[in-house]
Amino acid sequence: MSADATALVQPKEEWRKRLLLDPRPAEEMNHMVLKAMTTFGWRYWVVVGILALLALIGLGGAWGYQVLVGMGVAGIRRPVFWGVYIANFVFWIGISHSGTFISAILRVFKAEFRRPITRASELMTTFALIVAGMYPLIHLGRTWRFYWMIPYPNQRQLWPNFHSPLMWDMIAIFTYLIGSTLYLYLPLIPDLAMARDHARGWRHRLYRFLALGWRGTEAEWHHLKRAITIFAFAIIPVMFSVHTIVSWDFGMTMVPGWHSTIFGPYFVAGAIFSGVSAVVTVLLIVRKTMKLDYFLREEHFDALGKLVLVFSFVWTYFFFADYLTEWYGGEAVAKELLTLQARGPVAPLWYLMLTTNILIPWFTLWNKRIRTSPPALFLITLGVNVGMYLERYIIVAGYLTRNRLPFDWGAYNPSPVELLISLGSLSTFVLLYAVASRLIPLVPVWEVQEGQFVHSLRRVGRILVPSVSELE
Amino acid sequence: MSEREHRWTMVIDLDRCTGCQACVVACSVENNIPVVGEDEVRMGRAMHWIRIERYWEGEYPNVRARFIPVICQQCERAPCEPVCPVFATYHSEVEHVNIQVYNRCIGTRYCANNCPYIARVFNWFDPQFPEPLNEQLNPDVTVRRRGIMEKCTFCIQRIRRAEEMAEAERRPLGDGDVQPACVQSCPAEALVFGDVADPNSRVAKLVRSRRAFRLLEELGTEPNVIYLKGGEAHVG
Repeated sequence: MSADATALVQPKEEWRKRLLLDPRPAEEMNHMVLKAMTTFGWRYWVVVGILALLALIGLGGAWGYQVLVGMGVAGIRRPVFWGVYIANFVFWIGISHSGTFISAILRVFKAEFRRPITRASELMTTFALIVAGMYPLIHLGRTWRFYWMIPYPNQRQLWPNFHSPLMWDMIAIFTYLIGSTLYLYLPLIPDLAMARDHARGWRHRLYRFLALGWRGTEAEWHHLKRAITIFAFAIIPVMFSVHTIVSWDFGMTMVPGWHSTIFGPYFVAGAIFSGVSAVVTVLLIVRKTMKLDYFLREEHFDALGKLVLVFSFVWTYFFFADYLTEWYGGEAVAKELLTLQARGPVAPLWYLMLTTNILIPWFTLWNKRIRTSPPALFLITLGVNVGMYLERYIIVAGYLTRNRLPFDWGAYNPSPVELLISLGSLSTFVLLYAVASRLIPLVPVWEVQEGQFVHSLRRVGRILVPSVSELE
Repeated sequence: MSEREHRWTMVIDLDRCTGCQACVVACSVENNIPVVGEDEVRMGRAMHWIRIERYWEGEYPNVRARFIPVICQQCERAPCEPVCPVFATYHSEVEHVNIQVYNRCIGTRYCANNCPYIARVFNWFDPQFPEPLNEQLNPDVTVRRRGIMEKCTFCIQRIRRAEEMAEAERRPLGDGDVQPACVQSCPAEALVFGDVADPNSRVAKLVRSRRAFRLLEELGTEPNVIYLKGGEAHVG
């Protein structure tokens, strides 16, 4: 290397590919983000129109029909009292783990690649939680009585049962929804102020209201940083608690296959696995449709690809630990569950899950060329979420078909109503995201600029080296 | 109401059960259980509170059918109770019966999942009572609407009525005063109902039988339904 003297003074081409070593003027960056926010092509309106229609059919039509006629329009039956709705619920709670994990944990550990992607993933958390929160209501036999689960004083002096994991669930989800929404909002304030200063008309009024009079003084930054740090640390245990408690809906029962001590961490690992994968899928779409190539680069997908691979390892570890313990336990009903997965009706789903969650990530994501190839990464991460959905489906609807009294074994197939509601909720999520992507800056510009400020190429002798000065 | 604590128990003699399903019919009539139709039954949505499970024993040609009537086991430590978020199912300390409050149920179906005996049934639709079944609804039992969980109550309305009768006649509740519909209708007398807190009752004696066992006893749910199964000598 030292033989080629000219190469030493020039910065490596590699480094210029890094966002934080490739600063642009603040105006240009602001403009890029604002332009992505205010560009509406005809394609956008077509997509939004279709999504709104699907959401209306699924949630207005199919759900309304179910409420009016009865739960019988769903495919659930004895002994499978929980079906697709609960699988969807667990799935969307899992997706909601993306934002907090990427944003809070990586912020706490100062992983620099997080900077341009925090907002997009936090937004997923909030919307996925809203969609997940609908499912316990959709699933209720008497939806119109859902408020009996809320502890409010009433003349009958009836109180909810706090022994029930469903009550823990409701409290955990509410806490997480409020916490993650605030955590989304706090780092958004400086960007909203930036948008306010560039916008006119209703947008100006909206951003002026939301920016809370932010001017960017030293004191304001100080307070904001403190608040973000507090929230980042506080939201992490909340995130862990939410999916642990979701898993306890199953773990606290005596249902064969559900009653497991490992379900808490197993579900948390699965949630982060599926959440991080969903972030990659969404970021690839966002970059493509909103032309954010400057902010979202190969290095980010490279890093996220590694995270997906690591969480594939973690998930596999828990899956294997759970599986092996059941197998060695040798209980008759547990054996039936393992047979159900290996050779029974859910076997195709089970093998597909193993393929998309273990086989494909393990054999592809170690390769940097695959990690930085958008189409490959898109398919792999989409596959992971298909696999994670199947995992939840097998645990909920598959395990319930077997029990300790062989006479009462059953079968389950989702009905058209269940499928329409599922499609409607997926459309609702994408619709919320599509609308929000045109309302708020999807890239936290100030965080990127802050990162670029502390990263620089410094001359040491005859060579340039990347250097980072510590913040705070 | 009598002050003495009751411990209502059902004894089911498997050596006597012929699998005739008379109890299933009697129960449906007594408790206003809706008729759901063939298609729904085939799907696994029959509403019966009693299920006659049939198991085959032995190898051809020495095959024999075994019947196990399964109802709510009225567990002392019922797994369905703690999981209900709204206390729609709870334990009655007086009768030692697992109570289902229809008006309080919001239909999470968590209790049904957690019941190892699969004893609970759900109202998938609003109940239908086609002519002439609508003429014979039992006025002592609520008709349940859609979205609500239900199950065997040990005919709690009959327990209440017997207690009130005994009190009106100023006499203690005697053995055999309470008869659930299934017990009353069993032609083989495979079902016996009574109070084990009364040491002289028929059930108290049967419970001490060497043939007594409880369904899925190893789960520790402490059912108040006792099964009797003994021996080869009794059945052919």
